Order: sequence, then C-alpha cells, then structure tokens
Amino acid sequence: MAYAANQSILFDNVSKFYGDVLGVNRISLAIGPGVTSLVGPNGSGKTTLMNLMTGLIWPTKGSVRVLGLTAQDPERFFRLVGYCTQFDSFARGVTGREFIYDSLRLHGLTHKEAADRTQESLERVNMTEAADRKVAAYSKGMRQRVRLAQSICHHPKVLVLDEPLNGLDPMARAESMALFSALGKDGMHVIISSHILHEVDRISDQVILLNSGYVVAEGQIQGVRDEVKEHPMQIMLRCSHPGLMAAKLFAQDHIMEAKLHDDGRGMLIRTRDAGRFYSQLHEIVLEGEIDLEAVAPADDDVNSVYQYLIGSEGATV
Amino acid sequence: MSSEGLAIPMRAKAEGYPWQLWRTQLLTILRLELKRNFFKLRGFWIYLLAFAPAVIIAAHAATSRGRCTLEEDTTILAGIFELFYLRLGIFFGCMGIFTRLFRGEVIEKSLHYYFLAPVRRELLVLGKFLAGVIAAIFFFGSGVLLSFIFMNGHFGQAGRQYVFAGPGMGQLGSYLLVTVLACIGYGSLFLLMGILFRNPVVPAVIILLWESINNVLPAMLKKLSIIFYLLPLCPVEVPAEGLGTLFTVVADPVPIYVAIPGLLCLSALTLFYAARKIRSMEISYGTD
Repeated sequence: MAYAANQSILFDNVSKFYGDVLGVNRISLAIGPGVTSLVGPNGSGKTTLMNLMTGLIWPTKGSVRVLGLTAQDPERFFRLVGYCTQFDSFARGVTGREFIYDSLRLHGLTHKEAADRTQESLERVNMTEAADRKVAAYSKGMRQRVRLAQSICHHPKVLVLDEPLNGLDPMARAESMALFSALGKDGMHVIISSHILHEVDRISDQVILLNSGYVVAEGQIQGVRDEVKEHPMQIMLRCSHPGLMAAKLFAQDHIMEAKLHDDGRGMLIRTRDAGRFYSQLHEIVLEGEIDLEAVAPADDDVNSVYQYLIGSEGATV
Repeated sequence: MSSEGLAIPMRAKAEGYPWQLWRTQLLTILRLELKRNFFKLRGFWIYLLAFAPAVIIAAHAATSRGRCTLEEDTTILAGIFELFYLRLGIFFGCMGIFTRLFRGEVIEKSLHYYFLAPVRRELLVLGKFLAGVIAAIFFFGSGVLLSFIFMNGHFGQAGRQYVFAGPGMGQLGSYLLVTVLACIGYGSLFLLMGILFRNPVVPAVIILLWESINNVLPAMLKKLSIIFYLLPLCPVEVPAEGLGTLFTVVADPVPIYVAIPGLLCLSALTLFYAARKIRSMEISYGTD
C-alpha cells in the first residue's frame, strides 16, 4: 500500500553496519497507520530497525523519515514519536512519577500540564498506586509499564515498542495489547516487536518479517501468506461425511493432501490455491449432500508464515 | 487517548528561535543533573579534594598561633592553590564531574531518555556543562574560600586588616576567579573526553602531562593549555626553585585581558566541538 510521505514511516534503501557486522541491509519499507509487528529471531534486526526509526542510531546508507521528519530535528520529531526501548534502566533514585514528569518537562510543558499528563499516563497503565515509589524497587513488569507510560505520555502519533510484553503478567499483557490495539485503531502508528507471536498476530494490521538483517516478507498477514507460493495453505474443515468431502475436493489439482480427523467429523486440507478451494467448497455445500459446520485457516497466522519463511530456527513462541 | 501530538510551545522557525522552549528545557536539564549527579555520597572523593586543604589549614590555624607570619601563610596558601587546587584538586575533580555527565549515563544505560526527548543535543551539552560548572564551582569555590578564611582568620586583627584594608580581598577575588575559570576550562575539556572516549582516564593522564610540561612547550602549543591562562591570574607569586618552577612559573605570561577571553574562547571551542560530536553520537550500550 502506498502512503503519503508525511503520513508514513519510510525506510529508503537503509543499511546499518556495526563495524563489519551487519545490522540491517537494504531495507525499503513504508509503514502506515495501525499496528505493525516486527517479527524475527534474536539478531534479525528488529531493534536496529526501531533504533534507526527513532534516531538512536544513524543509517550507514539510505535514509529514514517518520511522518516526513527525521530525528535531526528533535524538537518536532520527538513530539510525534514515543519509543519504549528494551533498556531496563533508569536514572538513579527516580520515582515512577518523576520519571514521566521530567520527560514531559523536557517537552516544554508547565508544571501543571506535566503533572496532569503524568497522572493520565500512569492511569492508562494502572501504575498510580506505585507511582511515588522509587523505580529501583519496582518489579520488571512495573518497570515495563512505567516505561510504556513514559513513551505515551506526550500523546505521540508514532509509538515504537521494543518487546513491550516482556515481564508483564497475563493481566497486564492483555491490558497492554488492548491499549496497543486501541491506539492503532485511533490512527496512531504502533510498531511492535515481540516474540510472543500469537498475541502480536491478533492485533497486527500488518507484519514485517525479518531474518539476518533482511526483510523476508511484509504486508498484511493474509498478503504475506499469499507470498509463500511454494508452501500450501492448511485449512481445517468440520463437516458431515468428511470422506465424501475429501473425494469431491480431490477432483481438483490444487488439493495436495487431506487428513481426516480421528473423530470422523472433519479434516485438514492442504491446498496450493486457497481461492479456488473456497469456490469449490461453496459449490459442494450448495449440492446439499454435506453439512459444513466450520471452516478456518489452520496456519494463517504470523507464526506459521514465519516458520515457512525463515525455517525452524525462528523465534521462540 | 488522543493520538494528536502535543501543542508545540514553539514558534515556527520563520518567526524566530524558540527561546522560551529552550529556556524551559535548559532549566529542566540543570535541575535533573544537579539532583541526580551531585551532592551524592558517591562523589565523596570530590568533596575530599575540594575541602581537604581547608581542613588541614584549619588544623594549622588551631595549632600554630604565633609560630608563623602572615606573609609566610599567604605564600603557603598561594602554593596550596597553585600546586594542589589547580594542578590536582580542580583537575581531578572536574575529571570526576564532567566525564561522568555523558559517559556515566552510557554506563548506566540511561542516556537514551535524553536522546528521545525533543531536546537539541547541543542544548543537552550546554545544560549538562552548566550543571557540572555549578557543582564544581560550588565545591572548589567553597574549598578555596574556607582555606582563605582559615589561613587569615587565625591572625586576628592583623588578618582582618590584611583582608579588608589590605590586598587580601583582592587576592580572594583572584583565587575565586581563577577557580571559576579553571572549572570552566577543565570542565569543557573533560566533558569532551567523556563524549569521545569510552575510558576517559587515559586521555586525562595525557592532559595532565600536557598541562605539566606547558612551560617547556613551544609558544603556539602553550596556548592550547588551560593552565597557561590560569597561572598569570594567580595573585601571589610562589617562590620556587629547580623543578618547582615547572609548575608555578609561566614563561611568557599573557596579560589578564588576554588570559580571561583566551581561556573562555578555548572552552567555547571545546564545547562547540563536543556539541558537533554529540549530534552524531549513537546509543550502543552493548559495545560500551
């Protein structure tokens, strides 16, 4: 999808080398609003890409622009961008509230404005009770949440989150996911890297798969899946007479395999052409011999796409 | 939550520079730096460098009544100032204070918070530098002031006469001026070292040697030294023989009207270079 330059995050043939070590190579991307997930194993370049996006590191080649701006213009750039890094470190002796308040003061806000926005962002991450305790006494999950609060406290248009779910308990994780999803639906650019693929999968509008510093695939989950032509799609069917269904389906050459379920109430189909499969299925159902109870893609998620593209050395799930 | 960015409290560039925003940011950086980095227990050795001479002089004042003259003690104070404060105390104190400003944050992995704020990095350099200068002047200015008070105080009426009706007050003013200039000069230098080097101790030793041999350097190179501008401003000549002259006598001293602007220019150039370097600095804690 094409986006206007001032509405998207643009990587133009970006390479980053750390000495002789490759960070990312020849990345060209246009990331629009919504939730975008960066997925890849450790060392694949996810954090490098995020650091390039936010000006913590500079590209060796190429250019990065976020909503038409670069980090060389920090006064405008960082009003629009919030970054929750993986660095689990804070200035000594600071409390959660001070940490966010000081950040807002650097934005030029008055004491009252900064105090109000600090309270607001603490409430968003459910950290109001612990806000006046020293960060050093926080659990990992609390530190993660207070860093998240700091990254959204100035109401950015672009929110970059490097492994934001690390250390969170299930409740906080679900709340964070809901928050990211809501922000994405609000029109914010939310960029998330995570190893927890099934959770990222649920809220992502698009995914960027990385391996060894290269973009392996990008786009909507379905679109990425379609790029994997050599890998057949798996579709689960629940129906009456699965044997008959399998026989009818095998009349077409795109069906590669059908595995009947042990309970005799369904099967797993592997097909090279999902579009043709669904058309054929529709015709079979209209014939009225077989009752179709359920049909669902069995591998149309980030994890399976990722496994197809990168292989078994992929991310931990 | 609204996804709109903050209302930017700055005017468009065409209307002028956002001085109000810069002022707020500068004051915030100053407050944060002074609160986080100074007046903490871990700076104990800097307090020791600043106040040890005052303690020793106080002990001397308490035990040597009548056994020394005002002239002798004035010369001893001048020696302490030139040989201890300028050559060691302020030098190493500034090293401890100013190299920490950036390198310390890299070690503690907290510098990225500043880099992700809407603050020009040049302003960050200035804010951190000013915070360091305020702290250094507070410590070493207080140390010098106390040393002066203790050294002259135990002479009673003669001491008061010397300070308030004689050259004493002028000498104190000169000592404090030199202290301020030394903090600015060495501060800018060590701030730059903290940006350029992962381990600023080695360059600090090289600078110490450079400052020590200033007297024997060619005229052009002498001007690239902090001590070259400071020693001519010291109010009392320290009698020295042999090797001592290397540290207390300046060959071809510059007049005051050159020394003060000269040192300030040197510091400004150093800060300017530091600001240039910080613009391209990257956060790579893993390799530091």
